Amino acid sequence: MTETLKFYMDLVCPAGSLPALKAAIDHGADWVYLGLKDATNARNFAGLNFDRAALAEGLAYAHGRRKKVLLALNTYPQAASWGRWTAAVDLAAELGVDAIIVADLGLMDYAHRTHPGLQRHLSVQGSATSHEAINFYAERFGVRRTVLPRVLSLAQIEQVVKNTPVEIEVFGFGGLCVMVEGRCMLSAWACGDSPNTFGACSPGRAVRWEETPKGLESRLNGVLIDRYAPGERTAYPTLCKGRFEVEGETYYAIEEPSSLNTIEMLPEFLRIGVKAVKIEGRQRSPAYVAQVTAIWRQAIDAALAERERFAPRREWVAGLDRHAEGSQHTLGAFSRPWK
Amino acid sequence: MSMKVSLGPIQYYWPRDAVHAFYDSIAKAPVDIVYLGEVVCSRRHELAFEEWLAIAETLAAAGKEVVLSTQVLTEGEGDLKLVRRVVANGRHRVEANDMGAVRMLAGAKGWVAGPHLNVYNPESLRILLGLGATRWVAPIESSGDIVKGVLNEQPVEAEIFAYGRLPLAYSARCFTARRYNLQKEACAWRCLEHPEGMELKTRDGEPFLVLNGIQTQSAKVYSLLGEVDSLREAGVGILRVSPQSQGTVDILRALRDGKGDPEKNQTCNGFWHGKPGLERAA
Repeated sequence: MTETLKFYMDLVCPAGSLPALKAAIDHGADWVYLGLKDATNARNFAGLNFDRAALAEGLAYAHGRRKKVLLALNTYPQAASWGRWTAAVDLAAELGVDAIIVADLGLMDYAHRTHPGLQRHLSVQGSATSHEAINFYAERFGVRRTVLPRVLSLAQIEQVVKNTPVEIEVFGFGGLCVMVEGRCMLSAWACGDSPNTFGACSPGRAVRWEETPKGLESRLNGVLIDRYAPGERTAYPTLCKGRFEVEGETYYAIEEPSSLNTIEMLPEFLRIGVKAVKIEGRQRSPAYVAQVTAIWRQAIDAALAERERFAPRREWVAGLDRHAEGSQHTLGAFSRPWK
Repeated sequence: MSMKVSLGPIQYYWPRDAVHAFYDSIAKAPVDIVYLGEVVCSRRHELAFEEWLAIAETLAAAGKEVVLSTQVLTEGEGDLKLVRRVVANGRHRVEANDMGAVRMLAGAKGWVAGPHLNVYNPESLRILLGLGATRWVAPIESSGDIVKGVLNEQPVEAEIFAYGRLPLAYSARCFTARRYNLQKEACAWRCLEHPEGMELKTRDGEPFLVLNGIQTQSAKVYSLLGEVDSLREAGVGILRVSPQSQGTVDILRALRDGKGDPEKNQTCNGFWHGKPGLERAA
């Protein structure tokens, strides 16, 4: 069994629904992460996520197969809504969730004091990019694992790993934030819905598509994010991934519509001691979860067996490319062509 | 309670002489608190740390409270070394802008919990106060309800970003270098040519954002100059002005004189009213 190897890496997969959770577990996830049907998590989308009954059923399904469930409580509560977040922590403890993913300092403290036996992971929304920040959460709140923002290079991640007892989880695949998570107010600026407080970015309710004489236009709360010529491939108007004009040039001024894919870096992740790889996409379908999980399961097993000889199989890359935003994949901060 | 006025750290990369000239004018300006230091990019080195300390002494001698701000995004050991120097300065208060700085400051007395620590509720603030913070700068996107919710249960000296282009996002990527197709490590410090950043417009010509190295700002100036009464009522005691290359002292004077917002038609205030930041309510 892979568990007996000195080197192991958890595959952490998303679930926006019970069918997605089952798909993840059936296809090889070690952990499944999910959220409740409200603003307590960073994928607060209509029709998505779990109520108490679905969570209980998901836990039974996962635990029956010796897999684990993470509850994401990774938004920042406010005084008026504080009780909803603490109730979610209590629910996680009551139902036997294996760990919670938290960003807010106060909520982390509440969980630590009230349910010390409930494992705590620091969310990527906590913006902890250095071992100093991560060790702060470890010393104060007994954080076991942290999810790194998608801004660090491999050498920087290696430095973090060497200087903290906290397990390091990195994003391996899926939607890519080019901004430091937890430090981006662009959606709040343009639409009002904030990833930090409301759990949404560039929300669907603010999106408008319109055919105009100049082309097909996508807008977010009235702000023109992109305009497409006939036949041009369109992308969801995530506001950092539109085309804008800077000093007379129109281009993807912040980031292209592309997704993260780090599958070729698995041996490096293993070498430097990364403990878990996370797949983004709680808003995606069970079919996406099944296919992406299956490919990453095979890839991680192959990397564990082959180590430095590992190379991504062509069929994995093709399979993953089908799920990329704008059909483009990038190594994100790992390759740093812009550095 | 009378309101204090603060000047935030310079967000842009200005030539050394321009920085000195700017703070010479600030020494004589009506401002109570001045935050100093490079907070955006560790590649910006027009001023050595010792020069920042010299400016701090000049401002302190002019009767200003000086606070040294730490870099918001720390990526590696080099960045952490800079933060440690700021924390260990031994003379001036420090504004912590990430949890790494908070760890270094824990137990020290009188530091400032900066606007990038994501303190949205009284429980989070209480923890930082327990570690020695004595002032809270509200998150950039704070509404009046968020601020009141924190301060009703956890009163403390509170500050808010009240005037300037909002620092909305941070990245490892440099968008100024990207505009010039330069690698970040070989950026040639092109942001020196843009003392107020580079304006980013939508394809229908509307100014939307400002690119400032690894930071993205609002194109519109955010102004709470017309909201002083509701800010005071919410418990805010300090209004922060963000330095611009032109007109900063005029804004400080307008605040002292309580004249409201002289540019009301061009500025926005949405966040304070719980709306999209770029909107203007009333």
